Amino acid sequence: MASIPADHETFDAHHDAHDHDHKPAFFARWFMSTNHKDIGTMYLIFAIFAGIIGGAVSGMMRAELAQPGIQYLGIFAQFLGEKNPSFDQQLHLWNVLITAHGLIMVFFMVMPAIIGGFGNWFVPLMIGAPDMAFPRMNNISFWLTVAGFCSLMLSAFVPGGVGNGAGTGWTVYAPLSTSGSVGPAVDFGIFSLHLAGAGSILGAVNFITTIFNMRAPGMTLHKMPLFVWSVLVTAFLLLLSLPVLAAAITMLLTDRNFGTTFFDPAGGGDPVLYQHLFWFFGHPEVYIMILPGFGMISQIISTFSKKPVFGYLGMAYAMVAIGVVGFIVWAHHMYTTGLDVNTKMYFTAATMVIAVPTGIKIFSWIATMWGGSIEFKSPMVWAIGFIFLFTMGGVTGVVLANGGIDDNVQDTYYVVGHFHYVLSLGAVTSLFAGFFYWFPKMSGRMHSEFLSHLQFWVFFVGVNTIFFPMHFLGVQGMPRRYPDYAPAFEYWNKISSIGYEIMAVSVVIFLINIAYAFIGGRKAEANYWGEGATTLEWTLSSPPPFHQFETLPVIDDAAHH
Amino acid sequence: MTAAVRIDSRRNRKVAAIAASGALAMLGMGYAAVPLYRMFCQATGFNGTTQRATSAQAAGVKVTTRPITIRFDANVAPGLPWLFKPEQVTQDGRIGERKIAFFTAKNLSDKPIVGRAVFNVTPEQTGAYFHKIQCFCFNEQKLEPGQEVRMPVIYYVDPAMLDDANARDTPEITLSYTFLAAADQSLAQEAAKSAASVAKPLDRNASAR
Repeated sequence: MASIPADHETFDAHHDAHDHDHKPAFFARWFMSTNHKDIGTMYLIFAIFAGIIGGAVSGMMRAELAQPGIQYLGIFAQFLGEKNPSFDQQLHLWNVLITAHGLIMVFFMVMPAIIGGFGNWFVPLMIGAPDMAFPRMNNISFWLTVAGFCSLMLSAFVPGGVGNGAGTGWTVYAPLSTSGSVGPAVDFGIFSLHLAGAGSILGAVNFITTIFNMRAPGMTLHKMPLFVWSVLVTAFLLLLSLPVLAAAITMLLTDRNFGTTFFDPAGGGDPVLYQHLFWFFGHPEVYIMILPGFGMISQIISTFSKKPVFGYLGMAYAMVAIGVVGFIVWAHHMYTTGLDVNTKMYFTAATMVIAVPTGIKIFSWIATMWGGSIEFKSPMVWAIGFIFLFTMGGVTGVVLANGGIDDNVQDTYYVVGHFHYVLSLGAVTSLFAGFFYWFPKMSGRMHSEFLSHLQFWVFFVGVNTIFFPMHFLGVQGMPRRYPDYAPAFEYWNKISSIGYEIMAVSVVIFLINIAYAFIGGRKAEANYWGEGATTLEWTLSSPPPFHQFETLPVIDDAAHH
Repeated sequence: MTAAVRIDSRRNRKVAAIAASGALAMLGMGYAAVPLYRMFCQATGFNGTTQRATSAQAAGVKVTTRPITIRFDANVAPGLPWLFKPEQVTQDGRIGERKIAFFTAKNLSDKPIVGRAVFNVTPEQTGAYFHKIQCFCFNEQKLEPGQEVRMPVIYYVDPAMLDDANARDTPEITLSYTFLAAADQSLAQEAAKSAASVAKPLDRNASAR
C-alpha cells in the first residue's frame, strides 16, 4: 500500500476561500488551452470523433467485402462527389478507403487517444506535477494534429490519379505515391503526416521534459508508475522515429513536385530505400501505439488485484528493451524485397527476440493477478481481454517473423488478421480499459458498469468474428488490398462482415454509456476503485481541480509504485 | 509531508533542447541514409548490386575450372520508346574468366533520348562477386532518332564466390538490365557531336587476355 500521507484536501489547489477554480471563459479555455487536463480531454474527444470516421470507413470496406464482385464502391464514389464513377475510379476509391482507414486509425485515433489523451491527463497527475513542462507547446501539438486530420479529409475530395483521394496505402510507397498518383491528393496526405508528425514530436519533447524534470520530490525514476514509464519510452520512440518519416515523406514530396529523384531509378534513385526509411519509422510506430496500452494495463491489473505489480523493474525495463530492439527489426516488413538469406536470418532472429520482453510483460501481468484479491470491475475485464487478444496477435506475429513463412503469407489476410489482433483488438481494448478506469476521474461521473461489461462482451465477440477468419483466408492465399476476391473466399468474408456489425453495436453501447454517465451517472469519489488504486491521481478529487499540486506531494521511501 | 512548487524553466529548456536536437539529428540521418544506402549496397553487393572493377584489378584474377552460366535479360521501362535486347541469351564460361557480352538498343522515336540502365543480378547473394570492368550502365546513354547501338559488357565472376557457402553452388547467374528514360534529359538537347562518344567504343584491349 502506498503511504502517501495526504488526501485531496491538501493537494487540490483551491486555496482560494471562495473555491473558484479560475477557469477561463469557454473560448479561451478550450481553444487557447494550456491546461494538460483540458488538452487531454480535447485529444480524447478528437480521437473518438476520428475513430468513428475511421470505423465507418472500415464499415464501407466490410460491406464491399461481404460478397465477391463489386457492389457498393460505385455508390460510395457517388456519395463522395464523383458524378459517374468509372470502374477504375471505383477501384481507386477502394485504395482511398484502405489508405484513409489506416492513416486515421494510426495517426488520428490510437496515437491522440493513448498519448495525447491519457498521457496528457495522467502523466502530470501520476508524477505529482502541476502541469506539463511546456503547456503552450502542448496546445500547439493538439491543434497541429487537428490540422493534419483536416488535411487528410481534404485529400479525399481532390484528384489523386485515377480518381479523387490518395490511394497509396498508409505506407505511401514510391513509385505509386510519386509517378503513380498525379494530382494534389497525395500532397495533402503527405502534408497531413507532416503536421501530425510535428505535433507528435513536440508532444514527445514535452513528455520527456515533464517526466525528467517535474516529478514530485522523492519520486525517483524507479518509483514512477508503469504508465509513466510507458509514456517515457513511447516519447523516445516518437522523438527518434518520426523525424525519419518526416525525411522520407519530404523526399517523396520533392520527388513529386520539385524534380528530385530520391526514389526514382530514372535519376539514379531507389524505391526500396523509401521502404527502408518508412519501416525504420513504421516499426517503432507499432510499439508507439501499444506501449502506453501496456502501461495502462499494468496500472489496472494491479489496482483490481489489490497488489503491486509483479516484477516492477522487469516490467519497466521490458518496455525499454522493446523500444530499443524495435528500432533494429524494420526489414521484417520487407522480406520479399530481395533481402539475402543472411539478412533475413538476422531480422528473423532480432524480431523473435522481442517476444522475450513481451513475454516478461504478459507473464508478469498474470503473476500480478496470481493470489490477488481480484475484483472484476469493467476496466479489469477489458484488461484481461487485452492480455488474451494481444497474446493471440503476438503468436501470429512470431509466425510472421520467420522470413521463410512470410514469403508465403506476405500481403495476405493473415497479415491483416495479425496486426488487427495487436492493434485493433490489442491497442483499442487497452484504450477502452483505460477509458473506463479513468473516465469517472476525468468527468466526475460514474459510468454504468453494466453497460461497460455488456460493451466488452459484444466487442469481444464482434472483433474476434471479424478478424479470426482472416487468418484462414490468409493461409488460403487471399491477398490484401483488393475489393474483390475469388468466390472460394466468400464464406469467411461473410462471417467477417457480420462480425463488423456486432462490433458496431458495441460502439453504440459505448456512446450510450457516456451519455448515461453525464445525464444520470453517480458522482465519483476521489478514489472510487478503493484500496487497490494507489497512484497519485487518486489523491485528488474527481474531477481533479483545474490546477493541482500547487503544494507538491512528497513520496516517502515506503511508497509503492 | 509536502513541498512548495518549483518549476525550473531553465532546466526544462535544457532537456527540451537536447530532445529537439535528437529529433533534428534523426531528420539528418534520414537524409544521410540516401548516400549511405548507396554506399552500403555497393560495398556489400546487397540487393544484387554488382561490383565494378578496373582492368588492372581484373588482370590479377585467377581463372578456375568451375563452369558458370550467365543469362542475360533486357527490359525497357514504360515510357521509353526503345528496343533493347541482349545479343546472346546465355554465355557459358568459367569462374574467374573474363567475358564480353553485347546488347543492342535502338531508339524508335523521332527525337534524341537519354536512357539510364539500372541493373542487378540474381541470385542476389552473387552480387558481391559479379564484377563489371566495362558497362554501358556506368553512364547515361543517348540515342539519336532511329539510332541503333551495340553495347558491350565486360565482366567476370570473382573466384572468391567459391569460398562463400551461400553462393558457391550457384550454377547460373542472371544479369538483368532495365533501361529507363533518364530524369535529366538535358544531354539530349546537346549537339550531335557527343552522340558517338556516349555509346562507348569497344575497348579491344580490355577484352583481350
